[in-house]
Amino acid sequence: MSTFLWVIFPYICLAIFVVGHVWRYQYDKFGWTTRSSQLYESKLLRIGSPLFHFGMLGVVAGHFLGLVIPQSLTDRLGLSHEAYHIIALAGGIPAGIAAVVGLAILVYRRRTVGPVFSATTVNDKVMYAVLALVIFLGMWNTIAGSLLTIGGEYNYRDGVSPWFRQIFWFQPDASLMEGAPLGFQLHAFLAFVLFAMWPFTRLVHVFSAPIGYFTRPYIVYRSRDSRPGAATGTRAPKRGWEKVG
Amino acid sequence: MRVMAQMAMVMNLDKCIGCHTCSVTCKQAWTNRSGMEYVWFNNVETRPGLGYPRSYEDQEEWKGGWVRTPAGRLKLRSGGRLNRLLNIFSNPKMPSIQDYYEPWTYDYETLLNAPAQENFPVAVPHSLISGKQMNVEWSANWDDDLGGSRQHAAKDPMLKGIEDKVKMEFDETFMFYLPRICEHCLNPSCAAACPSGAIYKREEDGIVLVDQDKCRGWRMCVTGCPYKKVYFNHKTGKAEKCTFCYPRIEVGIPTVCAETCVGRLRYIGLMLYDADKVLDAASVEDDHDLYEAQRAVFLDPHDPVVQREAEAAGIPGDWIEAAKKSPVWKLISEYKVALPLHPEYRTMPMVWYIPPLSPVVDVIKDTGYDAEDHGNLFAAIDALRIPVEYLANLFTAGDPAPVDLVLRKLAAMRSYMRDINLGRDPQAHIPEAVGMTEEQMYEMFRLLAIAKYDERYVIPSAHGEEAHALEETATDCPVSDYDDELMELSGPFGEGSGRGSATPVAVENFRMLQTRQTSDTLVAGGAKRGRVNLLNWDGKGVPAGMFPDSEKDASVATVDGPAQLDGPHARPDNTAGSDGKVT
Ligand code: SF4
Ligand code: SF4
Ligand code: SF4
Repeated sequence: MSTFLWVIFPYICLAIFVVGHVWRYQYDKFGWTTRSSQLYESKLLRIGSPLFHFGMLGVVAGHFLGLVIPQSLTDRLGLSHEAYHIIALAGGIPAGIAAVVGLAILVYRRRTVGPVFSATTVNDKVMYAVLALVIFLGMWNTIAGSLLTIGGEYNYRDGVSPWFRQIFWFQPDASLMEGAPLGFQLHAFLAFVLFAMWPFTRLVHVFSAPIGYFTRPYIVYRSRDSRPGAATGTRAPKRGWEKVG
Repeated sequence: MRVMAQMAMVMNLDKCIGCHTCSVTCKQAWTNRSGMEYVWFNNVETRPGLGYPRSYEDQEEWKGGWVRTPAGRLKLRSGGRLNRLLNIFSNPKMPSIQDYYEPWTYDYETLLNAPAQENFPVAVPHSLISGKQMNVEWSANWDDDLGGSRQHAAKDPMLKGIEDKVKMEFDETFMFYLPRICEHCLNPSCAAACPSGAIYKREEDGIVLVDQDKCRGWRMCVTGCPYKKVYFNHKTGKAEKCTFCYPRIEVGIPTVCAETCVGRLRYIGLMLYDADKVLDAASVEDDHDLYEAQRAVFLDPHDPVVQREAEAAGIPGDWIEAAKKSPVWKLISEYKVALPLHPEYRTMPMVWYIPPLSPVVDVIKDTGYDAEDHGNLFAAIDALRIPVEYLANLFTAGDPAPVDLVLRKLAAMRSYMRDINLGRDPQAHIPEAVGMTEEQMYEMFRLLAIAKYDERYVIPSAHGEEAHALEETATDCPVSDYDDELMELSGPFGEGSGRGSATPVAVENFRMLQTRQTSDTLVAGGAKRGRVNLLNWDGKGVPAGMFPDSEKDASVATVDGPAQLDGPHARPDNTAGSDGKVT
């Protein structure tokens, strides 16, 4: 069971994550958007959305620090365990709070503003539930586990982090996760569920961060599409709809 | 010099009757889908009035277009690149659906299912956004014909500076209609604002389009466009905008809005311009100079140097020919009667307007004087400062001088032509007074008053010159339909395109039109009879002539339409098309 949960399942999810994105990009560029609801409601969104997104950017940076950078490296750089701890909490807690408050505003908005609610699909709802749960568990782990140390202290950099890195070396050690507290286990498990759902939800918009905007010229010129098979219009016809002859 | 071609439009506002036909046909063609209920690529506003979306011209509020920095550079009014990305999670200046209007439908079911009863049943409006019952309080043309304008029109941003005078004289106020589509700007701020680079300007004809596959729904273009002519489809989460009906333009027929315009007031043609000069022209210091600066960007297609450069830039010969015949070039640069809408936004708009003389004419008529006498008209233009200033706010960034001159030209044309029409001696001093020759004045009159379809729309595709034959509303004498020769010579698009054809082109599928246009032979030897009308096909078997001949190697010479004589070039767009014909 443990092998399934912490070895097989993550790989399945990551495979879906990668293949799913490639597939969706190939076949559904048109659907690659987050279907903004700003047209319906702007005031709450103006507060909630930046709060949530910037909070999440902080959270992602924190995860990078905690999961990807090994303890041995920070040790060698002379960063004591306590100092790391304080940095992690000082950065993580505000970012986490921003994300949670932002999420609360956004969910409230989604539920109470009629047009926004009716534009919410089942897909969205499931995704929001999983996302909210993952964020909630993450906050719980940080606050209860690291700050208040309820149920004993747990150094995730001895357990979760090496396991996470091992996934990418293709030899994850399930026992590392087995020893982790339930909160961390659930957080990690649901995070992988989220990864598996990712390509099929509006979360794909994460991968459209428009970095190229800084370097491209303001006005884009483009020649009329002349790919073979394109009739008129600017994109090639869908597979199976090419012009005959 | 870097010559580029731009498909442009001019609208003659004196002729617009505010019938909204253009809006409705455009909607039928392009935005009759869910998510686009509130969208009008073409809308007609009554001015003075708020427009659609409400007060969109107030750029202090909406932050559209470009501004010139003190250093002389252009900057988007909504902020620089970094600023835009920092605000990407929620656009600070996007109009809400209420600023456009909440679209609605009626509960017709109640009417249909109502039992016999004493009182008439009522169909209640339901919002197309929330599905709930709603009160209709605003729409895309709520203040049509100055309806409710006592309340609203004073908020018209273009009345700035003259609002006191206008309010006082409101009972005798002037009014005219302003049909608006996307300007297909030379320096489009919508494209500049798009983080994904999804909005592009086509190299061949300058049409500005949104790539639906690249758009990621950031909505920055909606803010970036000062004319508010990019819209957010709230179902698909993508931006959409007026396409200048490119599938039609590509096959040489005018846009839907122009084709169906009841007043026949729209002109479509090419403008050649120097792409290297656009940015400088858009950055001139004084707003009042923008109109002249933009005109200086345009290149004279009759100039041999320009022609050579254009050819070097890959613009095909028949396009240069079309640019020479372009009615848009004549109105903008030869007669100089067309003006750009809001040059002060610095986007270099390419849909220009001939300002209406009617506010002036109406006043003279009301006072009982002769409204076709040039003396009276000139005097009235001088006296009626309010309409002139208002028009200047719209078309010349507030500089009344060019508007004045245009109105004088229109007035001169009016009285000069009256003499001719009444069989009196034409008075040469009238055109002279506005700096035109008699021939010019007469030609301008012809173009503005009686120009036929193929003079109003000079759209270069392989067969643009034949385009007038496609118009449903007859521009030719109907008797010509009985001309045997013409009957035999079915038009260049095959059956259904010739004169006297019964197939309305507007309901044609554009792919069908294109296939016809680019197929190598006129189907079944060019006669109509070989073709199968799919509407009459019973679905059984494949009758001969159902599919066009698609021999790939047939040469151009097999097409014997007169338009082909210009040369083998159809249009640059087509060069690598699968038809293999154009080389
Ligand atoms: S008018 Fe059209 S081309 Fe110009 S900025 Fe607006 S959307 Fe873009
Ligand atoms: S050019 Fe076409 S898309 Fe644009 S407003 Fe006219 S009809 Fe609509
Ligand atoms: S169809 Fe022509 S006349 Fe009618 S509103 Fe539109 S532009 Fe004006």
